[in-house]
Amino acid sequence: MSGERLLTRNFDRPDSHTLRAYRETGGYTAWAKAQEMTPEAIIEEVKRSNLRGLGGAGFPTGVKWSFVPRDHPGPIYLVVNADEGEPGTFKDRYLLERDPHAVIEGMLIAARAIRASTGFVYIRGEYVEPWRRFQAAVAEASAAGLLGRGFEVIVHRGAGAYICGEETGLISSLEGKKGWPKLKPPFPAVRGAFGMPTVVNNVETLCHVPHIINRGGAWFAALGTRTQGGTRIYSVSGRVRRPGIYEAPVSITLRQLIYDLAGGVTGNGRLKAVVPGGASAPILRADEIDVTMDVDGLKAAGSMAGSAGVIVMDETVSIPEALMVVARFYAHESCGQCTPCRETTGWVYKIVRRIVEGRGRKEDLDTILDVARRGAGTTICAFFDGAVGPYISYIEKFRDEFEALIPR
Amino acid sequence: MPRLTIDGTPVEVPPGTNLIEAARTLGIEIPHYCYHPALSVVGQCRLCMVEIEGAPRPTIACYTQAADGMVVWTRTPRVEETRRAILEFHLINHPLDCPVCDQAGECWLQIYYMKYGLYDPRMVDEKVHKPKAVPLGPHVILDAERCILCSRCVRFCDEITGTGELGIFNRGDHSEIGLFPGRALDNKYSGNVVDICPVGALTDRDFRFRVRVWYLESAKSICPGCARGCNIEVHVNRRRPHHNDGRRVARLKPRFNAAVNAWWMCDDGRYGFGFVDDPDRLTAPLARRHGALEPVGWAEAVTEVAAALRRHAPDGVALVASPRMANEDLMALRRLAEHLGIRQVGFRVPPAVPGDEDALLIRADKNPNTRGAELLGLDGDVAALLAAVRAGRVRCLWVFHHDLLECGWPAAEMRAALEAAEVVIWSGTNHRPTAELAHLVLPAAAWVERDGTFTNFQGRVQRFHAAVPPLGEARPDWAILTEVLRALGAPVRATRAEHWFEALAAAVPAFAGLSYRSLGDTGQLVHGATAPEATPAGARP
Repeated sequence: MSGERLLTRNFDRPDSHTLRAYRETGGYTAWAKAQEMTPEAIIEEVKRSNLRGLGGAGFPTGVKWSFVPRDHPGPIYLVVNADEGEPGTFKDRYLLERDPHAVIEGMLIAARAIRASTGFVYIRGEYVEPWRRFQAAVAEASAAGLLGRGFEVIVHRGAGAYICGEETGLISSLEGKKGWPKLKPPFPAVRGAFGMPTVVNNVETLCHVPHIINRGGAWFAALGTRTQGGTRIYSVSGRVRRPGIYEAPVSITLRQLIYDLAGGVTGNGRLKAVVPGGASAPILRADEIDVTMDVDGLKAAGSMAGSAGVIVMDETVSIPEALMVVARFYAHESCGQCTPCRETTGWVYKIVRRIVEGRGRKEDLDTILDVARRGAGTTICAFFDGAVGPYISYIEKFRDEFEALIPR
Repeated sequence: MPRLTIDGTPVEVPPGTNLIEAARTLGIEIPHYCYHPALSVVGQCRLCMVEIEGAPRPTIACYTQAADGMVVWTRTPRVEETRRAILEFHLINHPLDCPVCDQAGECWLQIYYMKYGLYDPRMVDEKVHKPKAVPLGPHVILDAERCILCSRCVRFCDEITGTGELGIFNRGDHSEIGLFPGRALDNKYSGNVVDICPVGALTDRDFRFRVRVWYLESAKSICPGCARGCNIEVHVNRRRPHHNDGRRVARLKPRFNAAVNAWWMCDDGRYGFGFVDDPDRLTAPLARRHGALEPVGWAEAVTEVAAALRRHAPDGVALVASPRMANEDLMALRRLAEHLGIRQVGFRVPPAVPGDEDALLIRADKNPNTRGAELLGLDGDVAALLAAVRAGRVRCLWVFHHDLLECGWPAAEMRAALEAAEVVIWSGTNHRPTAELAHLVLPAAAWVERDGTFTNFQGRVQRFHAAVPPLGEARPDWAILTEVLRALGAPVRATRAEHWFEALAAAVPAFAGLSYRSLGDTGQLVHGATAPEATPAGARP
């Protein structure tokens, strides 16, 4: 797969994380340009780019920015979601480590667009090196006068809870509270961090913004599909020859990603299944990989683009065991606020574990499907719906594998 | 005002009303656990789902405000199916041990399961285990396994008392209610968390395992613990007298009154009923015979009281009424003073320890009827009156309820007065040191054993009802005073407390026009009283 690299263009430079290297490759020219633009013009350009949130939900970025009230009397906040926790996803850590100034430049432009005075960067607690690199970059940018003149950046480290990647859970955590998602509406754009209008953007999303400002929304849009512009970074893991991160246009197919970029399937060499967008994305069978990786392409295929964490499983992988791992994750990470999620994630894990251990019962699979379907859509945040995706898809697409484990 | 339709019936509600409250105005109950009208809305239990036309799927009613033209359905098959699912989720890790749970009979898991659940449990795996029987403070005990994490108790301590003792710790199905390190649930209102806990997670250390709730009977009453006059229910156990160590009063529960106490009551009031069934209750009139107090019949006691009052000139008699007495008692006492021409009447005796007060409910005046006693014109100078007793000018002294030897005045002065009098009559519910110095001791019925009214500090006259008959020979003060008035030849017809209230309404302008009927369950302000100060305690800010 060919194509220009935007986000990862500097990754090969050993000093890519420094201000000097960033400037040498055109860094902060977009910020200079944006300073000549009105906030509304920036938002219009980003809308034109068809940039969609790359944290998982895929919401159009420009539209999200436009929700912030223009005449708000108090402070407005920009929050960067660097709590990358979706299993199978490891793109943001590279951006923070290798191109932290791209994040800062994106923040500066976004802050101008929404009139934010402060940017909070919420970094996953386990990300020590990315945090160090990003802190150093903030110090450099401050020393260079890029930050601290009407916009300051505060770096906050999380404590390792997946739910703190959910934007309102993140805000609660940032506010010093337990990381519980909040009831919506009001959405953060109206009433977010510390009660003020807040835009929460993913790291990668913001890294795209300088390119859009420099080269125009139309150019960016043309890189992708009709409804989603640009490239994105795919984190490819599991049974592939070359696991790692790959930047490609969102119009790339899953097949191209696995075979052309990641070098094909290892294990026994025969593909069984792929999770295309992080653990919450419904699983696809080997015969379902001729699908484009954009938000709407994967949605049409019954899965989701999510965070672009591509987990590849060859034929030797046990799908029930894979589901057990996923179910354990959701049971462990449920915040416990809403009853359906709190109670059923643990229950489903126990059932799947029992099946894997050879103590399954005939009715177990239908119980899981029933619980998943009836619980879906009943909770405050999307966490449980994220768990339901794998519950239902793993069982529906590989039911015979589960049934084979259940004693007759 | 938004006009909407709920289950086909149009209704108009004030702006900002949520769908649970809007439905309630139509008598439609939307089942819920975490929602409480006094607390912030958190939408955590997910039980209150309703269908709103135009919405893609059922929505929680607690977090949805009524809007103009909204069409809401609360009993559609889809709503009922969702409700059944949510109920099943609530019970996945909940112990199914109702037979040994003290909440059984007043548990909203039980109630809603029977009403909306009725599925067969599918959970066959080991449930999550959590701490059981954990004392959280002096009054409340936690069973974390029975907790459904509705967070009402947490929000109560955050939002009503502002004390913040409780939190939810851990995550997922290991979440549990608990105390922050170094804290105890020992605020002045801790018992309220038991009331608002919809399940058997938080129970009352004072009440649990004493008596099954379905054996309890209930009477509407007023807490006598301070001048607030919190509306309460008295729960009594008469059907299983062998339970609860023979104590009849099992517990007090707050009763909603928007103008007085909202949903709450303080712990001092809640747990202050122990005297009612205490072994030191006075159960028969006592008269001093050969130096010792001995039981006598009521006829003999009344005759002696009347003789003592008659024997002394009116200026040789003093009455120390009590702000713990009901308006009816005080009216009978006022009639007695009028009948005999007694002018030395007072009621105000300082407490041994000054009362505490706060901004929520608790009043420094620990008497339920100070305002009533004032309005009846009984506010004479008790110190001067007792000085007159000590000086020998007053020879006959009738003291109601005050334990003068343990009040805020020097015990030696009190003892001197009691010993100087020729006759001391003492009325009270329980034995007190002052009774030991009396010549006649009259057993009074406790407030739960009789009808009456108190006038709270706001001037609100509120009824309380008998929950149990008086213990032994005890009688309401008004009844004793009525007997004495009759023995003195006064034309008194009162046979019920209500008759004295009628006399009060006729005699005292502040009470004019009030009647037991007009007072109802929530009381009425006396004439001249201003509307309740500020917002009722516990109403949402």
